[in-house]
Amino acid sequence: MSDTSRRELLQAIALSFTAGGWSLEAAQHVHKMAAQEKALGPYKPKAFTVHEYKTLEKLAGLIVPPDEKSPGAVASGSCEFIDLLASQNPELAAIYTGGIAWLDRTMLSRYSTDFVGAKPDQQTALLDLIAYRKNESPELGPGIHFFAWARRMVVDAYYTSPAGIQDVGYMGNTAVSKFEIPQAVIDYALKRSPV
Amino acid sequence: MFQITPRSQVYDVVVIGSGAGGGTVTKVLADLGVNVALLEAGPMIDPAKDFKEHMWPYQVPHRGIGDGGAGYFGRNPFPFGYFSTASGGWQLKGEPYTVAPGNKFEWFRSRVVGGRTNHFGRIALRFADYDFAPYSQDGLGADWPITYDELAPFYDKAESFIGVTGSKEGIRSAPDGIFQECPPPRVHEMLVQRATKKLNIPCIASRLAIITKATNGRPACHYCAQCGRGCVTASNYSSSQVQVFPAMKTGRVKLFTNAMARELVTDGSGKVTAVAYVDKATRTEKQIRCRSVVVACGACESARLLLNSKSASHPNGIANGSGHVGRNMTDSVGYSLGAHIPALDGLPRHNSDGMGGMHVYIPWWLWDAKQKEFPRGYHVEIGGGFHMPGIGSFAAECREHEGYGKGLKDAIYNRYGANVSFSGRGEQIPNEHTFCEIDPDVVDQYGIPVLRFHFQWTDHELRQARHMHETFQSILETLGGTVTKPKADFMAGEGISTGGQIIHELGTVRMGNDPSTSVLNKYCQAHEVKNLFVADAAPFVSNPDKNPTLTIIANAWRTAEYLAEEMRKGNV
Repeated sequence: MSDTSRRELLQAIALSFTAGGWSLEAAQHVHKMAAQEKALGPYKPKAFTVHEYKTLEKLAGLIVPPDEKSPGAVASGSCEFIDLLASQNPELAAIYTGGIAWLDRTMLSRYSTDFVGAKPDQQTALLDLIAYRKNESPELGPGIHFFAWARRMVVDAYYTSPAGIQDVGYMGNTAVSKFEIPQAVIDYALKRSPV
Repeated sequence: MFQITPRSQVYDVVVIGSGAGGGTVTKVLADLGVNVALLEAGPMIDPAKDFKEHMWPYQVPHRGIGDGGAGYFGRNPFPFGYFSTASGGWQLKGEPYTVAPGNKFEWFRSRVVGGRTNHFGRIALRFADYDFAPYSQDGLGADWPITYDELAPFYDKAESFIGVTGSKEGIRSAPDGIFQECPPPRVHEMLVQRATKKLNIPCIASRLAIITKATNGRPACHYCAQCGRGCVTASNYSSSQVQVFPAMKTGRVKLFTNAMARELVTDGSGKVTAVAYVDKATRTEKQIRCRSVVVACGACESARLLLNSKSASHPNGIANGSGHVGRNMTDSVGYSLGAHIPALDGLPRHNSDGMGGMHVYIPWWLWDAKQKEFPRGYHVEIGGGFHMPGIGSFAAECREHEGYGKGLKDAIYNRYGANVSFSGRGEQIPNEHTFCEIDPDVVDQYGIPVLRFHFQWTDHELRQARHMHETFQSILETLGGTVTKPKADFMAGEGISTGGQIIHELGTVRMGNDPSTSVLNKYCQAHEVKNLFVADAAPFVSNPDKNPTLTIIANAWRTAEYLAEEMRKGNV
């Protein structure tokens, strides 16, 4: 949504306020309009080679896979987010290009294939090692360090996308005339609380 | 709306700074028929354009972390996040400040109409009666030249006008005021209230400068929790929307933006006749003539302006015969602690946004304790609930759960909204090692000498921060949480906030009855210069455990009425 149209909408609600009426509909309209996603065309990576980008997509798909509730990280733009920021920051780009090269080399020495070409159980076997700090070793250190970056940024991108926000169940950023907590929610917490 | 005025025009009053103090003075004077020129060092603000209220993170390609992922590298150019409306920051390009060797201090400045009130936490607490006589109680610091009863009518006016939530409680440390209804507590806040009840600690409805019913043409809060982004509907208090814009509609206020005050110009008698300022747009020096001046640049900036206003009659800076300008500076003591509360795991989803800020808070409760580990006290702010996901919202789950795939997703879902945190804000006692002065070697890009800060906590504050930790830990454990953060070595200076970080710096142009130990009289009028007033938090004699904004507004209101009356009588 462009700045201009957002501005017009905000001015419209500002006007409806000064006219004396508190217009819930107007405010909700703004929120709805604001929620419209930009349609994305086929994506050409800016910072990464096609191979690197495919590897990133594979990783993102493993970190937040699609499931019955959501299309997952790849369909929600996580890789575009990382590619965009990396294209603006050589330091960040190097973390990914270096990390992906490490993944490929490690897969090559273990399974004679690069990461994207490996079988799913080979990919997860490596991730099961580098996804945990407890496996820290001179051999795995670079992979653990890189995976922490990838996980953090994929999670950030996914949960700030419309699909991720819906998935985690955030129900706010809307205009309401009265603030209330449903009784069932209160009961849930009180039943579980030691106080 | 505005008159074109020749340069030679003499304004009744020039107000310097458009934050809580300057905004209040401008509005009160304009309503009393006084012609005001309002100088603001930053640009105009346009809420419809400048506020990012209601934006989703995905509406900006970097999602809020900054271009190139700057925030991941600790270089986020947005001090409180991209979506906050805070204009300015801990450093301003071309406008440095320095910190004396061996000291630590951070100074947050907003250069924009409304200043820091556009983004502040909206907490609006009255000082207690005993806060005005701290020296009489414990022999530390100094007493105020005014009492609670003298300020109370102006607290009433301020609360009635800006709108403040709250409930009548009859607690001496948290005087009741004129309150609008506070919305009910969130789930985690209900649990906190049960825990504090068990621990004999009060936890009451929040006092926030947010309106929950239409007030003076401003619609009620719509509970989106985004006060920090600025409120397009002006349902919270900001001096820009609530005071400056309405005051301009009277036709008696001329606003000068991008006008950086450099010096107060005096005549042979030592009275202020004009304000010299740098017009940032043209980088030229201009003067604006006045009968009186009200300085409200923010406490340290106000001290800087006075210290930089040197003349034959004011060799140490204007109104500074006492040498106290820049002295007696304090900030609030800050410490925060949070924990995961298992009772909240998997909490059924609902909209917990509410007001921007907590719906309940803990006022200081040990004010009458016989034996205390430290003088004075603190209040406690409470964090928790489901917040709009943003960059870093689930960093803790990534770090603690690790892994990937379904296990990680489930952990995030389960833990979302299950953290509770506490932030203490307490009183620092003025000490001789904490002050600001002009750095003799450094000027800003306009050639104006800059401030050099000295800041030291003493054992009073370090013990207080330690007490905060113990309190927060006991509440968190009562809630069933486990504190994983190791206890800092508080007495070695660990854990406590850095000076300036809480952005409650004040006291640098203090008022008092004795001109040898204070700069201003009880009406915030300079002892030495009858037509010079200060109306931000610089006049404060102490920095009680209540955020300063409401008291800035009340005291500025009182100062403005006094000034208008003195002008009517021909005394200034």
